[in-house]
Amino acid sequence: MSMIEFHDVEKYYGKFHALHNINLTIEAGETVVLIGPSGSGKSTLIRTVNGLELINSGQLIVDGFDLADKKTDMNKIRKNVGMVFQHFNLYQNKTVLENIMIAPRIVLKRDETENKKVAMELLDRVGLADKAGSYPAQLSGGQSQRIAIARSLAMHPKCILFDEPTSALDPEMIDDVLNVMKDIARDSSMTMLVVTHEMGFAREVGDRVIFMADGRILEDDTKESFFDGQPTNERARQFLSKIIKH
Amino acid sequence: MISIITNHWQDLLYGLGQTLLCSILALFFSLIIGSFFAIFEVVPSKTLRIIARVYIEIFRNIPLLVITMFFYVVIPMFFVKVNGFTAGTIGLTIYTSAFIAETVRSGIQSVDPGQMEGSRANGMTFSQAMRYVVLPQAFRIVIPPLGNQFINLVKNSSVLAFVAGFDLMYQGNTIASTSFDTLNAYFVVGVLYLIITMPLSYYMRYLEKRLN
Ligand SMILES: Nc1ncnc2c1ncn2[C@@H]1O[C@H](COP(=O)(O)OP(=O)(O)OP(=O)(O)O)[C@@H](O)[C@H]1O
Ligand SMILES: [Mg+2]
Repeated sequence: MSMIEFHDVEKYYGKFHALHNINLTIEAGETVVLIGPSGSGKSTLIRTVNGLELINSGQLIVDGFDLADKKTDMNKIRKNVGMVFQHFNLYQNKTVLENIMIAPRIVLKRDETENKKVAMELLDRVGLADKAGSYPAQLSGGQSQRIAIARSLAMHPKCILFDEPTSALDPEMIDDVLNVMKDIARDSSMTMLVVTHEMGFAREVGDRVIFMADGRILEDDTKESFFDGQPTNERARQFLSKIIKH
Repeated sequence: MISIITNHWQDLLYGLGQTLLCSILALFFSLIIGSFFAIFEVVPSKTLRIIARVYIEIFRNIPLLVITMFFYVVIPMFFVKVNGFTAGTIGLTIYTSAFIAETVRSGIQSVDPGQMEGSRANGMTFSQAMRYVVLPQAFRIVIPPLGNQFINLVKNSSVLAFVAGFDLMYQGNTIASTSFDTLNAYFVVGVLYLIITMPLSYYMRYLEKRLN
């Protein structure tokens, strides 16, 4: 079964048509990179996947749940679909350890000893075990984002959505975060949908690259044909040459 | 002034007690009721938002004395008899809760929306996100204005004097009119109010410091 399926999805903000006729299927375990100019609808698309934005028509199936159906319990989807934001959104009133432990405790009712063990292992994995007792305000951007990723992983999701996870970071911190993300991508069972302009990441661990503009998907290629072949779409080609120059 | 205290210390002490009791009850209940209406104002449900808006606008914009009189005079005409203390405490609770609701709502809305989004994306329900993430941050922000509300509440408890609630103000009025020593009677009463409000004000400031 596919992890995410968009069928003829349309999305409006009031009168503004944000997503046009989106058709997209992402298989379990795939790492898909979503690129496109500012305002093209990347955030909107990724946010529909866990119901932070609702679609107006079409069909959107995530982890077997139909998101267009009002009866669908979004919380059930969100248990299995994590999200990492550009600005981290760590809980400011909780320590790093609590940031990671709280959702498994109150949402999954995970046993406290087990919960702590999982959290400490994850802190270790992202290289921040010494920050367990710190508060988010005491962390750098790169550290915050790695904690945010650990917080997502603690729910043992099937899929994680990343919305420009490195674009608010100082350049020297970007690699620390990308390395953690690459590490996750190598886990073959995890599905990842990543909005990023880090083409190194896409080349290294991406399976597919999707190019969006003006609320439409203009290009949906395997990594190989996107980078080595050249995108067929003219705008995608121009966009790619622009971001690769940097 | 000494004679006011020596002659009337029992009345004054009783008044102080009534004022304190009324203030504590009203503070406790208005904080709870106010917080609920503050949350209603930000929930997804439109009906709840409208209910909260109506409640707050009505009770924020009616004089406290009118609300109190409603419970003291109108309710007994149709339902049960309500004594002055109860009427005053209920009036004060409702009146203050409207202001507290406004204060807490502004606190909730000044918490970064990313906190709610992060919580929801992490699998929490709206109420879990409120309880564990948003409200603790909101209350921290609104401690100073909340402290002002609490001090106003203590002072506003003098509404009891109008409905024979035997509070400090009521005792002050009685002592002033029987002893004819108006100046000293109200002076003593003023000092007794300070004895309640000053520690409250210091405590709120301490709380503010400690949480920052
Ligand atoms: N809540 C909203 N209400 C109204 N319009 C919105 C809202 N969110 C986004 N939009 C509009 O929808 C369009 C797509 O926005 P979106 O944030 O999805 O773009 P994006 O591709 O993520 O851009 P960026 O690279 O700048 O993050 C933009 O024109 C934006 O102004
Ligand atoms: Mg965006």
